[in-house]
Amino acid sequence: MDTVLFIIFAVVAIVCGFNLIFQKHPISSALSLIGVMSSLAVLYLLLGAEFIAMAQMIVYGGAVMVLFIFVIMLLNAGTEKASSKSWFAQFAGLPLLCLFVAVLAFLIRAALPALPDVRFGRWFGGTAENIGKMLFTQYLLPFEVISILILIAILGAVVLARKEID
Amino acid sequence: MSFYIISLIKIAIVFAVFMTTLAYLQWVERKVLAHIQSRTGPLRVGPHGLMQPLADVFKLLTKEDLLPPYVNRFFYLLAPFIAVSLALISISIIPFGPEVTVFGYHTFMQISDVNVGILFILAIGAVSVYGVALAGWSSNNKYSLLGGLRSSAQMISYELPFTLVIVSPLLLANQLSFRGITDSQAGYYLGFIPRWNIFQMPFPQIFAFIIFMIAGFAETNRVPFDLPEAENELVAGFHTEYSSMKFACFFMSEYANMVTITCVATLLFLGGWHPLFPAPYSNWVATAVFVLAALMCFYHAAQPARKWDRITFPIFGIAFLVLAALFAIPLFQPVLVPAFWFLAKVGCLLFTYIWVRGTLPRFRYDQLMKFAWTFLFPCALINLLLTAFCVAIF
Repeated sequence: MDTVLFIIFAVVAIVCGFNLIFQKHPISSALSLIGVMSSLAVLYLLLGAEFIAMAQMIVYGGAVMVLFIFVIMLLNAGTEKASSKSWFAQFAGLPLLCLFVAVLAFLIRAALPALPDVRFGRWFGGTAENIGKMLFTQYLLPFEVISILILIAILGAVVLARKEID
Repeated sequence: MSFYIISLIKIAIVFAVFMTTLAYLQWVERKVLAHIQSRTGPLRVGPHGLMQPLADVFKLLTKEDLLPPYVNRFFYLLAPFIAVSLALISISIIPFGPEVTVFGYHTFMQISDVNVGILFILAIGAVSVYGVALAGWSSNNKYSLLGGLRSSAQMISYELPFTLVIVSPLLLANQLSFRGITDSQAGYYLGFIPRWNIFQMPFPQIFAFIIFMIAGFAETNRVPFDLPEAENELVAGFHTEYSSMKFACFFMSEYANMVTITCVATLLFLGGWHPLFPAPYSNWVATAVFVLAALMCFYHAAQPARKWDRITFPIFGIAFLVLAALFAIPLFQPVLVPAFWFLAKVGCLLFTYIWVRGTLPRFRYDQLMKFAWTFLFPCALINLLLTAFCVAIF
């Protein structure tokens, strides 16, 4: 059951990912991105990380993408025009991309310690309680640093968007 | 195996009840609004217009399904589907009662108990903006686009206070599952004050409840926050170009969202299925209410205002008496009484929704945004800080 669901949603995620690139219209691309985010949420859920899955839906599937779509709708962005490709990009593009991904995968695998095999439904560390405890003990410093970073971003946005009052 | 069968039965029951509620909620709304405005409301189809929802469904199903040539076809067809399916999903995790035993089988009066229940509701709420936004954009019509834009801006703004006030009852209950939150509200102070979250010590959530309801009105695009479909400015807003069943989908999703929001309010703040006062008496409230309703019907049958009242009212009266008898049988009470209390609270909140629609005028758009960001949001924040402080101290 878990494997079947995994295959379905992994395929949906990959198809949506490709669709995101191949679609010409920004709204279609944004919707494909929502598809990717939602399928990732289901994959998190299958792995037992229910809190992360819901946070993924609320933050990425909801808030972030709504803002994307909002901006696209507001600017009334039209269909993208294909630029004439150079012969180099046409022929060497795909092989070079594959090579780059392969090198990246190799480097990540070499840099990170060996992880235990991933299994579906065997892990119970993904509840809100566990994550809260981890955030406020083991990962307290990164958590606080990120909070300050976001605060700075908010202040920056307010300063930039503020009307000049004489 | 029995798990699947029980689940299917539960889904069938919830689906049937939910769809009927959605259809009749619209009848109730028209009737209540009519009586607020000294009219009689639907009266022609069936006794007291009771068959009106059925007639409306047939009308919507058989109407011509227009597809304007200038729309973006794919998204135009996708949008009502997104709106209605997301609106109907949320009911699956709402608990209507405690654990019950049916023919020796223990089960919960709920389709599924998710231990991140509230987050699930918030996730669905966050995604359901797309239905409206896409409908507005794909219609290729400036009124629709403006309606869609307004709706998404409004939903994003009101999601903030909405989410913040949800956090405070969670602090009191210390968990995310609806069942757990409701169970933490069982019992009574001094033997008669219910421990619902709006009365719960150390910090009663009455302000949180009010903010939740206001933000809920905005989230469901209801009066006084129905700017996305303000007729005098935007024709019909985001669903201007929709007709027939596609229009009905938006209509249904609005009512489904209303029911979901009131269910969540009941569970978070009004103690779910826990009755207003302790057990031996509260078991008979349902019976008393139905007997009273039956007596009212018989009284009106004795003094008919219309020709058919002499026949229809006694039938309603007998129906109410049968209901009263059902609720009085001790065998059914463990199942029916909690469901009655839950539905009664949800019904009261839904009535408030309709009442407000009949009473308040519509906001202006800048007032709406200003209200959310400069009043509701700080209030929710202060409420959350005070609750956290009280929970930490006591």
